[in-house]
Amino acid sequence: MLLRALFQIGLFLLLPPLLLGVVNRTKALFAGRKGLPLLQAYYDLARLLRKGAVYSRTTTWTFRAGPAIGLASVAAAGLMLAVAGEPALVSFAGDFVLFAYLLALARFFTALAALDTGSSFEGMGAAREVSFASMAEPALFVSLIVLARATGTLSLSGMLGPGLAPAWSTAAPALLLAAISLYVVALAENARIPVDDPNTHLELTMIHEVMVLDHSGPDLAFILYGASLKLFLFGAILVRVVLGLRFESLLAAEAAFAAGMVGFAILVGVTESVMARLRLARVPQMLVGASVLSVFALVLLLR
Amino acid sequence: MTPALAVLAIALVTASGLPGLLLQRRPALGQALSCAALCAGSALGLAAAAIALFGGGGFAVSAPWHVPLGSLALRLDPLSALFLVPILGVPALGAVYGLSYFPQSRLGARAVRLQLYYGLITGSMALVALADNAMLFLVGWEVMAVAGFLLVLTDHEKAECQKAAFTYLAASHAGTFALFAFFCVVGSQRGSFDFAAWQGLSAAGRAGGWLYALLLVGFGSKAGLMPLHFWLPGAHSAAPSHVSALMSGVLLKTGIYGLLRTTGFFEAPPASWGMAVLALGAVSGVLGVGLALAQHDLKRLLAYHSVENIGIIAMGVGLALVGRARGEPALVFLGFAGGALHVVNHSLFKSLLFYGAGSVQHACHTRDIEHLGGLAKAMRATSFLFLVGAAAISGLPPLNGFVSEWLVALGALRAMDLPRGDAAAFAVLAAPALALIGGLASACFAKVQGTVFLGSPRSEHAAHARESPRAMLVPMGILAAACATIGLFPALLLPALRSAAAAWAGLPQAALAAPAARAAASAWWVSIVAAALLAGLAGLALLRRRVLRGPTPAAETWGCGFSAPTSRMQYTGSSFAEILTGRLAWVFFPRIRFRPPQGLFPRTASFTSEVPDTVLDLALSPALSFLARIALKVRAWYPTRIHFHAVLLLLGLVAILSWRLLWW
Repeated sequence: MLLRALFQIGLFLLLPPLLLGVVNRTKALFAGRKGLPLLQAYYDLARLLRKGAVYSRTTTWTFRAGPAIGLASVAAAGLMLAVAGEPALVSFAGDFVLFAYLLALARFFTALAALDTGSSFEGMGAAREVSFASMAEPALFVSLIVLARATGTLSLSGMLGPGLAPAWSTAAPALLLAAISLYVVALAENARIPVDDPNTHLELTMIHEVMVLDHSGPDLAFILYGASLKLFLFGAILVRVVLGLRFESLLAAEAAFAAGMVGFAILVGVTESVMARLRLARVPQMLVGASVLSVFALVLLLR
Repeated sequence: MTPALAVLAIALVTASGLPGLLLQRRPALGQALSCAALCAGSALGLAAAAIALFGGGGFAVSAPWHVPLGSLALRLDPLSALFLVPILGVPALGAVYGLSYFPQSRLGARAVRLQLYYGLITGSMALVALADNAMLFLVGWEVMAVAGFLLVLTDHEKAECQKAAFTYLAASHAGTFALFAFFCVVGSQRGSFDFAAWQGLSAAGRAGGWLYALLLVGFGSKAGLMPLHFWLPGAHSAAPSHVSALMSGVLLKTGIYGLLRTTGFFEAPPASWGMAVLALGAVSGVLGVGLALAQHDLKRLLAYHSVENIGIIAMGVGLALVGRARGEPALVFLGFAGGALHVVNHSLFKSLLFYGAGSVQHACHTRDIEHLGGLAKAMRATSFLFLVGAAAISGLPPLNGFVSEWLVALGALRAMDLPRGDAAAFAVLAAPALALIGGLASACFAKVQGTVFLGSPRSEHAAHARESPRAMLVPMGILAAACATIGLFPALLLPALRSAAAAWAGLPQAALAAPAARAAASAWWVSIVAAALLAGLAGLALLRRRVLRGPTPAAETWGCGFSAPTSRMQYTGSSFAEILTGRLAWVFFPRIRFRPPQGLFPRTASFTSEVPDTVLDLALSPALSFLARIALKVRAWYPTRIHFHAVLLLLGLVAILSWRLLWW
């Protein structure tokens, strides 16, 4: 049991950069390019870790601590992630609240590190990040509560565990709405189109990327790695909700999960290729829409 | 022994201002003695509270008192003991902080007055928590309100303070009026004003509903629940910082205490009571933090966050009431524990933040965050401690704010266990409301920490700031340590919360054993994850320091190639919050003055925005000044001779008496 959980943690720590590779490949395919190698994110991380870091004279220890705190909290949130329906290492009633707040902790310190530079661009990015994130928070919570209600448990492992298969037969509409809402939240939280464009090079329009403009070297590596972990977290939850099946063998479950994750990455890539980034004023409307969808799902279950 | 401890504590604390008054020739000694008396009294009282909470040794004593309807009845049960912790703990730290922040040797009579009222308000709050008789409770309540008024008036020559103090006094008395009504009705029903005789009040029917409405108005206005919060931002920002800390961190909680104490009298309060206070709490929470986001006066901003946190506490209380109505011990325990723990937690981190704000004001002579910035370099300790408070109030793990919000959220989730079709199950929506409040709060404190302490200084004062003296830093350090301890070991507090919850709900301890045990098991997991987080952080820091040691050249912040950035190019606090406050303009009505740049070579352009308090500045003040104008007109027309007033009084009395005799 413990070994299995540790194995899941290992997967969680090793695989996420690969996810970025799949997303980029998909986008390249759409654009008619050959694209970067699938493992490019690993090369980038390795290169950044060997470098030094430039620090602005305006900054204090907050700027240096930000990336480490961000990475540590996202990784700690991963302790509660049930991959492929297996119970996670840490699982208790209400653990999803801790999960969400750990992500908030990472965001808080990333925003502070951005403000520490005294740059107006990074101030803008931080303002957008915290604003949109606080609007996405209710949607995330209500979607997870829908899962909790449908499966009758209050822990993330339980919500994504064996109770999901019977829940799909009794509460399919609610789960579907929650899954859509979760997908929107995942795009917003991970700075993806249509909320944010990870490829943009104009400081004025960016959100997440502009917050980390001044980070370099190992600090930037921590940030990139943390971002990929976060994408993996949301992807894993979503994939498990959608593929809420019960598998007989562990191998089949893992294989289905891996296929699902690749599918998730391709979906993200497709979304990025076929959509433009929304105007910033439209983003809150989308997030409120996601909250409304999930509340509707909850009403379906509570009535 | 505990009664003696408690009485001695109240006496010592109440009289703690006297040494400063008597030793005006040697101000430093006088203030030190005052501070020592307050600390000693607090220590005694806290010891009594600890005995009642953890040892189960409460007491009830009663002495004859020659006041009509009154008796000197004191009772220390786990509920009052829980509230005694902030009531006595925070003022003691505030007195130490005051040694440097408000020195008698420099400020003379002003500091003497402040210390007198500081002791008085602390003693009267302790009396409120211990009173077991309605008259005694009201005496404590009034002394507390008046002492608070005098404390806000510390800088009595400033118009801002006068206005704030008057608003506070008026609001406070309007609330007390509702309490008078409640106590009179119940007292005449029961034939006694002793709380001991009030158990088992009927909550049924319209009469019960009216009684509850009186409680909500009376205690809600003290606690600062929306829309009765209007006195709070002005009063908290006008007072000196250690007074603001006391008012925001502790005084508001007496309203929550009163609400808990009095709802404890009722037999089976209906679920609608709980839902009402839950809804009020959610509204206060969201709008409180929204209004806070829009402020640029640091202390006013913190004051609005008190409205938000009172909202969170009220949500916990509401869930516990719903649990009592539906006979769900899990809901009772989690709601109560979350709300009550948040009472303690908020008193810790809000005091910490107000002390931090005081330090900033002390160093920079301004509270306007748009004139601050870059203080983290000169005020390292203050900025770090403020950061701890900011993270705690935003509900971020591994600090104490997370624990209480998590308990309230768990309580909300337990509402789903109610049978299908029960409308009270919608209490589960409190959990996403909490998430929204948490998200907005962390946005707001990112703004505060970023604008005040990070970046580069926006004014001369901020550029030449100095770190505060140790007497101001030590209380902040103690508070920050308490925040971290509760955040790391929440399970240790659950037994005390359980006994308080049982005392409040009138349930046997055993009834709450199962939910408390489940919550404790989960709480230990929270500790484990917190430990893993800290271990991971330490590992990363070590890796970064020891292994990944590339060169670290210094440079300017990236500005698209522009190499001479100035502090005016930074993002301001108002701009930071604009996205969120813009969304809430339909409740705020911001006042914006904008002169856009004009022409090809624009010379001047300006933009100012301020957000008035919707209730006070846009509704109450205009309405009341309209009434005042009418009253003035009536008075102009009215005969001013005293005989006429006497006749009017007599006629009024006759009318009341005849009504009483003929129709009642």
